[in-house]
Amino acid sequence: MAHTPFVMQLLDSLAALLLLLSFAMLAQRRVATLVELFALQGGVLCAATLLLAWRTGDGNLLLSAALTLSLKVLALPWLLRRMIRRLGVYWDTDPLLNIPGTMLVGVLIVVFSFGLAQPVSALASTATRSAIGIAVAVILLAFLTMITRRKAMSQVIGFLSMENGLFFGAMSATYGMPMVVELGVALDVLVAMLVLGVFFFQIREQFDSLDLDRLESHQGGR
Amino acid sequence: MDLLALLVTPLAGAFVLAWTGAGRRAPEVNTAFSLATFAAAATLAWRVATRGDATFANDEFFIDPFNAFLVALTAFVGLTTSLFSRPYMRIEADDRRVSPGALRLYHAMYQLFIGTMLLALTTNNLGLMWVAMEAATLSTVLLVALYRTPAALEAGWKYFILCGVGIAQALFGTILLYIAAERVLGAQGVGALLWTHLDAVKGQLEPRVLSIAFVFLLVGYGTKTGLVPLHNWLPDAHAEGPTPISAVLSGLLLNVALYAVVRCKVLVEGSLHSAWPGRMLMGFGLVSVLVASFSLWRQRDIKRLFAFSSIEHMGLVAFAFGMGGPVANFAALLHMTVHSLTKSAIFFAAGHAAQKSGSQSIERIRGLATVSPTVGWGLMIGALAILGVPPFGVFASEFLILTTAMRDHPWTTPILLLSFAVAFAAIFSRVQSMVFGDTTLRRLPHSPALLPVFVHLGLVLMLGLFIPPFLATWYGAAARLIGGGG
Repeated sequence: MAHTPFVMQLLDSLAALLLLLSFAMLAQRRVATLVELFALQGGVLCAATLLLAWRTGDGNLLLSAALTLSLKVLALPWLLRRMIRRLGVYWDTDPLLNIPGTMLVGVLIVVFSFGLAQPVSALASTATRSAIGIAVAVILLAFLTMITRRKAMSQVIGFLSMENGLFFGAMSATYGMPMVVELGVALDVLVAMLVLGVFFFQIREQFDSLDLDRLESHQGGR
Repeated sequence: MDLLALLVTPLAGAFVLAWTGAGRRAPEVNTAFSLATFAAAATLAWRVATRGDATFANDEFFIDPFNAFLVALTAFVGLTTSLFSRPYMRIEADDRRVSPGALRLYHAMYQLFIGTMLLALTTNNLGLMWVAMEAATLSTVLLVALYRTPAALEAGWKYFILCGVGIAQALFGTILLYIAAERVLGAQGVGALLWTHLDAVKGQLEPRVLSIAFVFLLVGYGTKTGLVPLHNWLPDAHAEGPTPISAVLSGLLLNVALYAVVRCKVLVEGSLHSAWPGRMLMGFGLVSVLVASFSLWRQRDIKRLFAFSSIEHMGLVAFAFGMGGPVANFAALLHMTVHSLTKSAIFFAAGHAAQKSGSQSIERIRGLATVSPTVGWGLMIGALAILGVPPFGVFASEFLILTTAMRDHPWTTPILLLSFAVAFAAIFSRVQSMVFGDTTLRRLPHSPALLPVFVHLGLVLMLGLFIPPFLATWYGAAARLIGGGG
């Protein structure tokens, strides 16, 4: 296959784009933009899956690309946008750590991720070795996003972005998990979002805000 | 067939109750479905006891001694909790603490929760196990926040986000496991995530990848088990949700999460040919026992008190599985059983006690034995049982764990003994003040269901004196299966 190197290069650039988007999410304080970045990340993930599906001729990958498109590019961002509009959360308050500081920690995380992924990459049967390091980095960066944010909405988007990283890891290392598992995971994510939607409205009813600082300290003696 | 019935009954129950869950007879319908689930679990367990292990549907589901007793236990506690929940939730509804809509949600989700736990236990597919574990979290998030008070919402949010992040780590661990398995079992391998297949080839799995996978799996499922320092969600979730949910969270969900950890540990130890996964489990377990027992002193809320006691006991079980070997594993399995029965009985009694005083604050619950001797003595006997007073079953398992620890890891003995003593003093003093003394408690409009409390405590007493042969055979076979030690 003469075109293989080019396809692999393209895949690597998509992986790099994924990482870049993770950094963008880390730095972004506007919640609405965060949702768009998340949708974009889903789009890149979908493109990468399609590329792999085309290269390997694997029908399952095609199916999981369709799943990604419908869930992460269309359904979830739509739900999130709706929630943002109805709840009126547009800006996150100051993150716990300032943005340049967060970025520095993020860079360290990427280095650590590549180190951690070394033995796994050596084993992976697929040709997309650098991708596993990136997948780990995306997961950990999403985790960092979650712990540095105060708004419930931003934390949830971080959580979903973490799931993107997991999905990318599974795809690049093994051409995807068995279909039944992938469907189950997708179902769980969707249900999680619906549960959260209900939950957000309950929180707001009680607190008139989605600021998690107000959630703290309702309980003595931890 | 019985397996299908076991998994479909709770699902059907969830559907039916999603429509009728607010009706006057809904608690009875809930109990009926739980009874049917228990009947299916009992036939399944009977089959394992008489005819041995079995797999179903192209090996996608399986049942062996390790999960057979957990399936039976889960269905049993699910049934007794539904019996307890009948008067309990009626009183809550009369007090206007829950709306009809919330009651419908409660009943439907209760069935769904039991169903997802049974799925997690019986599936052979580690990916599906993950899906079921996450579904178990999701089905209880809204139940933890059912009362919609600020504290309940905080508890629900914490539960969702901490367990969600934790379980995402476990998914990554599962993916790593799959990467390693695919190498051995072939690309898109038939059954590259099936536990029985992996168990057969565990010696060939790439050890370095599996060791990384285990760290993620332990952190992930360990969060749901409530191991320190990943336990932050647990006391809040137990204290703020309705008491029947506290009982099943503590008695069942923690067991199922630990079950997942142990299944993974078997694979990783087989691949590594070393005992460090067990050592890690021991470390987490020991820290949990120590931290939880000292935290007991700071608790002012009756349900938080027993939630911390659950952390302590799950830590002890994790510690025992970590030591490994036939005796420690046997003791760990026994401890899982008796802890589950005792702790749910305690929550039943504590729930009614809190309803009588109108508060979960320990200081405001006084003289239970005067107003309602059965609730008071139920709480007292339950507390003594959980503290490891002979002749209850908890004594037997703790004794076995302690003697094995003395023999294999003598340095841990003082830590364990100190923790037991601290926990004893903390819980006993508090329970004593709640059970005896003058009282201002009210009578309840619906007579409380105390049969489950005494059935559970009776079983725990029996397990302390005599373990039925079939159960002993299961424990023995499962202990060999889990292996470790040495």
